[in-house]
Amino acid sequence: MSRIPEAFADGPAFVPYLAAGDPSYEASVEYVEALERGGADLVELGLPFSEPIAEGPTIQEAVVRALEGGMTPTRFFEFVEDLDVSVPLVCMTYYNLIYQFGRRETGEPGPEPFVRRAAEVGIDGFVVPDLPAEEAGPLRAACDEHDCDLVFIVAPTTRGERLERIMEQVSGYVYVQARLGVTGARADVSDQTAESLSRLSRWDVPKAVGFGISSGENARDVVAAGADGVIVGSALVDIVAEGVEEDADATTVAERLEATARELKEGALAGENVTGPERT
Amino acid sequence: MSTGTFGRYGGQYVPEALMPALEELEDAYERYVLENEDGFLDDFEERIRDFGGRPTPLQHAEQLSARYGADVYLKREDLLHGGAHKLNNALGQVLLAKYMGKERIIAETGAGQHGTATAMAAAHLDMPCEVYMGRRDTNRQRPNVFRMRLNGATVTPVDTGRGTLKEAISETMRDWATTVETTHYVIGSVVGPHPFPAMVRDFQSVISREARAQIQEQAGRLPASVVACAGGGSNTMGAFAEFVDDEEVALFAVEAGGSSLQVDEAAGVAPNSASLSTGSEGVLHGARTKLLQDGDGQIVESHSVSSGLDYSGVGPELAYLVDEGRVTPVNVDDDDALAGFHRLSQEEGVIPALETAHAVAWLEDATPEQLGDCVVLTVSGRGDKDLESVIEETAKRDVPNAPEMDVFGGGL
Ligand SMILES: Cc1ncc(COP(=O)(O)O)c(C=O)c1O
Repeated sequence: MSRIPEAFADGPAFVPYLAAGDPSYEASVEYVEALERGGADLVELGLPFSEPIAEGPTIQEAVVRALEGGMTPTRFFEFVEDLDVSVPLVCMTYYNLIYQFGRRETGEPGPEPFVRRAAEVGIDGFVVPDLPAEEAGPLRAACDEHDCDLVFIVAPTTRGERLERIMEQVSGYVYVQARLGVTGARADVSDQTAESLSRLSRWDVPKAVGFGISSGENARDVVAAGADGVIVGSALVDIVAEGVEEDADATTVAERLEATARELKEGALAGENVTGPERT
Repeated sequence: MSTGTFGRYGGQYVPEALMPALEELEDAYERYVLENEDGFLDDFEERIRDFGGRPTPLQHAEQLSARYGADVYLKREDLLHGGAHKLNNALGQVLLAKYMGKERIIAETGAGQHGTATAMAAAHLDMPCEVYMGRRDTNRQRPNVFRMRLNGATVTPVDTGRGTLKEAISETMRDWATTVETTHYVIGSVVGPHPFPAMVRDFQSVISREARAQIQEQAGRLPASVVACAGGGSNTMGAFAEFVDDEEVALFAVEAGGSSLQVDEAAGVAPNSASLSTGSEGVLHGARTKLLQDGDGQIVESHSVSSGLDYSGVGPELAYLVDEGRVTPVNVDDDDALAGFHRLSQEEGVIPALETAHAVAWLEDATPEQLGDCVVLTVSGRGDKDLESVIEETAKRDVPNAPEMDVFGGGL
């Protein structure tokens, strides 16, 4: 069984993202563990793909660093096995890597071997930003077979029939994209969040909001607007990038990540206590 | 549930934010392009004639015919406004965007020909236009960068990766994901998510529609073979579309063999762009198609002396037609392409784009059985944009039929 429901069981979840292997395998292991100490309820681990079309510059550069550091799907599975964390883990990657792993294992491309292996090492679910509901049939089937969840992104542009189609397929949580565009930290959190959440009010999966959240205050606002979780990527990847630029040691960077994680988690918790008109 | 597939290829592999825009585009494509709503096609035909200069001639190439012992005809897309077949698609899509009420045009470009065509079409139809181009390509194709800017477009260099078309496409998709509500992305080839591959093919199929009628009028018959260069495949699909049902016409897609057909997995580089001949099935830039990738599914960088062919993927319909055995993929390396460039220039007085030069060069390799007695070759574009590269690349190697290069001094 996927452990994802545990992440959302006790109040608002803090869901950080890091690119696995950025900037090196060893440092990255430390960073993920630091996030858990800082209060992560679930971690999204990016498996780097050479053409990350849904990412902004911050994560794109992280992907380049991780690839240069030697991250591959096979190394990724080792990475997950090496992690000493107890929170649920979601693999975030692009479809071609999932699809080609099948060719490697069986001679024919297809998603099942990747999902099987991921489930074995302790991955609970997947986010695949270039795989819309229309194309997700084979991956959905493999996830069902191996008790993994398949998370879908709902964008500000998603409406009508598309919402229904996604609702039928989504499990674990729904990733609510707070604004149009690609990933990247922003100072404010869009009004679109509340509007997007209201469109999903009937959905019975947790709603985690991401794209642009960078501070405890943002996290608080998003939860106050009705989110069940906050997803934070670029703001954390920025800390890793800074460490690379300053040539800081991994322990220092891990401490910074832990502190920022704590601030974000506390922000999310504070959002739960906001009452009155702000809470929708 | 997948839509817009060609056998196992095609589909729509894009971020969710773009899916509604693809639905909107599919609807517009069906209404305006397939059903001629509001007289869209009449408007398009008038503009591609008066602004674009269609129809382009089908020229009997006398020296090549003598050389190969077959009647060789050149479909002269180099004479289209802008100097390449790219205007057929760019004008079609910019006009469609206008009919759809979009306010802004974005595009990516490799050789700069698609960017130039889009910038021209956008200026013609009074739409603001931004073109993404790999940094390396901006250096290789300076005349086209200047032409785009002359037409009022913003050219944005892309520094990621090797700075070629693949990176420019990724960057344009990022822009589109941010601005999708007001912006139309004019994809430059028969690649990307549905409906782009079908729609771009339809706009480009004017090439084979004209060529088919012209050859019947001029030669009183269908050709034995059609030869066209393939990067993303828009020239190829345009040249083949109206012949696909004529089983007796052989179709040859000429890819860039670069410097070698081997992939260097460790470096993540393919020293070629021959995805039809050497690639494997995968998912890139919105479609399932044949790709240059490593064993893990990471996309490897392609290479070609010609920036318009320098792409790691290819159109899904072309991949399908190759699997079906209807289209034969062949390739020509950088050295031979340069020889082809000089040959067409000397023998026929037509200076081809380096992309086209690959198709010309393949005539040397082809067997008489493959070519048959009557050949149509599309001159997809003219070579003015490539002169700097040709001077530099010719000086680097021994091209037997090149003019004396010393007079150009120090390689330039
Ligand atoms: C003159 C010319 N021919 C061919 C191509 C290759 O593209 P496609 O295969 O889409 O026709 C290009 C691309 O820029 C081009 O400029």
